[in-house]
Amino acid sequence: MTNGAAPNGAAPNGAAPNGAASKKITRAFSLQPILVPFYALILAVLVGGVLIAIVGVNPFTAYGYLLKGMFGSPDRIAGSIARSVPFIGSALALAVAFRAGLFNIGAEGQLLLGGVSAAWVGTWAWMADMPAIIAIPIVILAGMLGGGIWGAIPGLLRAKTGAHEVITTIMLNSIGLFGVRWLVSSQKPVVLRDIESTAPRTRPIAEGARLPTFLDSSQPNLHLGLVLLVLAAIAMALLLDRTSFGFEVNTVGLNPGAAKYAGISVNKTIVLVMALSGAMAGLAAASEVSGTSGTFQPGTFAGMGFDGIAIALLARAKPIPIIFSAIMWGSMLSGAPLMQQEADVSIDVVRIIQALVLLLVAADAIVRYIFRVKVETGNEFAASSTVEAS
Amino acid sequence: MTTPVLEVRNIRKTFPGVVANDAVDFTLMKGEIHCLLGENGAGKSTLMNIVFGLYQPDNGTIEVDGEEVSFENSRDAIAAGIGMVHQHFQLIPVFTVAENVILGSETTKGKLLDLDAARSIILDLGKRYGLHVDPDAKVGDLSVGEQQRVELIKALYREADILILDEPTAVLTPGEVDDFFEVVQSLVQQGKSIIFITHKLREVLAVADKITVMRSGTVVGTAEPSTSTQQSLANLMVGHDVTLQVDKTPAEPGETALVVSHLQVSDTRGLPAVAGIDLEVRAGEIFGIAGVQGNGQRELVEALAGMHKIDGGRVQMLGVDVTSMSPRQISELGVAHIPEDREKHGVVGEYPIYDNLVLNRYFKAPFVKRGVRQMGAIRAEAERLIQMFDVRTPSMDTLTSSLSGGNRQKTIIARELSQDPKLMLVAQPTRGLDVGSIQFIHEQIIALRDSGVAVLLVSAELDEIMSLSDRVGVMYQGKMVGVVEAAGATRETLGILMAGGTIDEARTDGSEHRGSSR
Ligand SMILES: Nc1ncnc2c1ncn2[C@@H]1O[C@H](COP(=O)(O)OP(=O)(O)OP(=O)(O)O)[C@@H](O)[C@H]1O
Ligand SMILES: [Mg+2]
Repeated sequence: MTNGAAPNGAAPNGAAPNGAASKKITRAFSLQPILVPFYALILAVLVGGVLIAIVGVNPFTAYGYLLKGMFGSPDRIAGSIARSVPFIGSALALAVAFRAGLFNIGAEGQLLLGGVSAAWVGTWAWMADMPAIIAIPIVILAGMLGGGIWGAIPGLLRAKTGAHEVITTIMLNSIGLFGVRWLVSSQKPVVLRDIESTAPRTRPIAEGARLPTFLDSSQPNLHLGLVLLVLAAIAMALLLDRTSFGFEVNTVGLNPGAAKYAGISVNKTIVLVMALSGAMAGLAAASEVSGTSGTFQPGTFAGMGFDGIAIALLARAKPIPIIFSAIMWGSMLSGAPLMQQEADVSIDVVRIIQALVLLLVAADAIVRYIFRVKVETGNEFAASSTVEAS
Repeated sequence: MTTPVLEVRNIRKTFPGVVANDAVDFTLMKGEIHCLLGENGAGKSTLMNIVFGLYQPDNGTIEVDGEEVSFENSRDAIAAGIGMVHQHFQLIPVFTVAENVILGSETTKGKLLDLDAARSIILDLGKRYGLHVDPDAKVGDLSVGEQQRVELIKALYREADILILDEPTAVLTPGEVDDFFEVVQSLVQQGKSIIFITHKLREVLAVADKITVMRSGTVVGTAEPSTSTQQSLANLMVGHDVTLQVDKTPAEPGETALVVSHLQVSDTRGLPAVAGIDLEVRAGEIFGIAGVQGNGQRELVEALAGMHKIDGGRVQMLGVDVTSMSPRQISELGVAHIPEDREKHGVVGEYPIYDNLVLNRYFKAPFVKRGVRQMGAIRAEAERLIQMFDVRTPSMDTLTSSLSGGNRQKTIIARELSQDPKLMLVAQPTRGLDVGSIQFIHEQIIALRDSGVAVLLVSAELDEIMSLSDRVGVMYQGKMVGVVEAAGATRETLGILMAGGTIDEARTDGSEHRGSSR
């Protein structure tokens, strides 16, 4: 890249003098990574407002109820946060793999396998007599193991046969979904199904294996899973940024050729990272099973893995920011029903806003153009070097 | 030869922490070959990128044909008649030559691409300037030299009158360099003006009409080739007297450190690249491998380093059979490797320099303690190596991709030379480096040899092979066609062997043969 280090079109030098204030802030606190998603959110909310107005509702009224639904009372705040907790895990599943240059679309399936494993272990007979201090870790680990194995399979396939993880994780999502559905709904033979329930789900797990709750009056209840997933995010941040394993992961992601040269086993790293990714989804699922419902019901996880992709992209695949983007995401979903009920605006408006945010973050040139956000120096070079390399 | 076609005045350009250009004045006359010389990181590429509209200067003016211009981007520069061939080509491998050439300035007939017109223009340009390439060949199938011709045709197709060539010869084989200079001569004869960046002083003296020398972002002088020597240019570049000669005592070879027997390796397409090679390198000896690029040297070195599958034969290093060992196992034996492809293997561009300086030691004490990276130790080591190897950078936190090409290479060399190897695999160690740095690295390699390290050196530079090696082997089409004592080897002998001749031919008619020397 000696000479070709040509910044592309929107090069640094041409930046307009607008937004001087924001530039100053940027320099001082390096808010850069947050700026684009933040502006994208504002834009998306504006567009959503226009849509609401078109269907004949005052957007301020509608958004008022949305906000009230999200944060209107202590219970609603707690409910919003509780709703967001599993998203942290499903987003981490994407983010960790992403750092190794892998696109893990398989959180859907990894959640299901993690959830069913946790529930299965939680319903073992001897678990009923176990104290929480033993039962909870076992259930959580079972969930992580189930998700981890489901994540490791596409990792192994990639390492051994070169099969691309996007394809294999999508296929494993389907296999996982149908397999798990059968496990919990089959009547003949009864595998994991709770025969006393009309809905297809597992029997409730042992009382001792239930996560303690902070607040039961919220919808859903706020339980210890929050702490577990926040700790997981912190652990992933430390792992990726501070350890030699994280260095291997980053090197494999940024330049597999150099990783090989440096003596890093690229294949081993891929398998480990995919297993770790799956374990993050599994953790989220186990926390839901053990904290929220006490049973496993496949439907509760539908779409959670895909939302995780969006949340992780919003947070630029960084673990700590994921905590916040997950809470934003989950809160909006949690507040939407009130808006529908009171202002008669479909919940889908929230989905549209979320889709717009994602679209704008992915096509961040639009946001940068409108708000005159400068290109981050690091990325600029990353971008130009990949262009040249191809 | 008297009218200026390009005048650059008082240019200043800063990057975070660096003044890359400061008060730079530069004048290019019509029909002139103007060489731009300077140490790694002196600011040559930056200046040229400004002239080509890729960077905007903080300060200063540019005049083309006497008129002041201001380029927003390279499109403007092209419109003003400026063309640039970057060191790393910007061609699309899956497109044909013709498609690549017209890309971005497509001629159309109705709504369809007019490839026929393009084809005939390409053939015309080829005849006119001696730039022969097949317009329908896929660029990915062309040799580096041919790809460079495509880049030149691309610039000429856009009617460039001023051509900027940034280190065009760094990647060419000696034969290709000769052809390239013929092209350059025919370009200036037909009225083009050329700015030519190179680190090879021999080339500068051979082709330049005028020489401008830069140091730390400023122009420190101009020189006439008729009154300059390699030594005077080197002194001007570096700012003090430098020695261009490598001092070397006769080798005192010890135990055999590397034994390669009947080695067979395939290239990435599965074709045989190394076809049964035998060689031995002893401790305290430098074994040089000469050869035109693409004769299997790259696969040989990568196979030895454990990065490339070995199809047949055996490799023994330091008494251990390493034939099926991983790169990590091999490097743990005390084998260092300076890779040929610095961007693909040597550095992670997105990492700060300090990470690249420990890229293959990150897992060892003191850089890691119970799995946790010790940033203090890593930074201290980086500090030491940056000092010792004179890597020019604003700080160790700078992203490696924003270093100048030569300083990226120094980063790799610093890392590899500093880990007390017993055997070194060295491929193209000084590609893109300035004379001072080459000198320094050569001294380091010789010092390692003197301390008993075995060195396998692969280089496309005959001068480098001849001045460093104790014994020289020549590779041709995957085979070792001859091994000679360096003391008795001449450019001619090696040239004949490199072109596929035999040792006997080389002995008998070495003097008549043109070989590949210039
Ligand atoms: N895009 C950039 N961002 C930050 N620093 C840069 C950038 N481009 C160049 N530099 C710095 O500017 C200085 C001049 O670099 P330049 O690439 O012009 O050197 P050069 O003379 O071409 O060297 P070489 O012979 O090694 O190619 C160097 O210190 C380099 O690190
Ligand atoms: Mg340069």
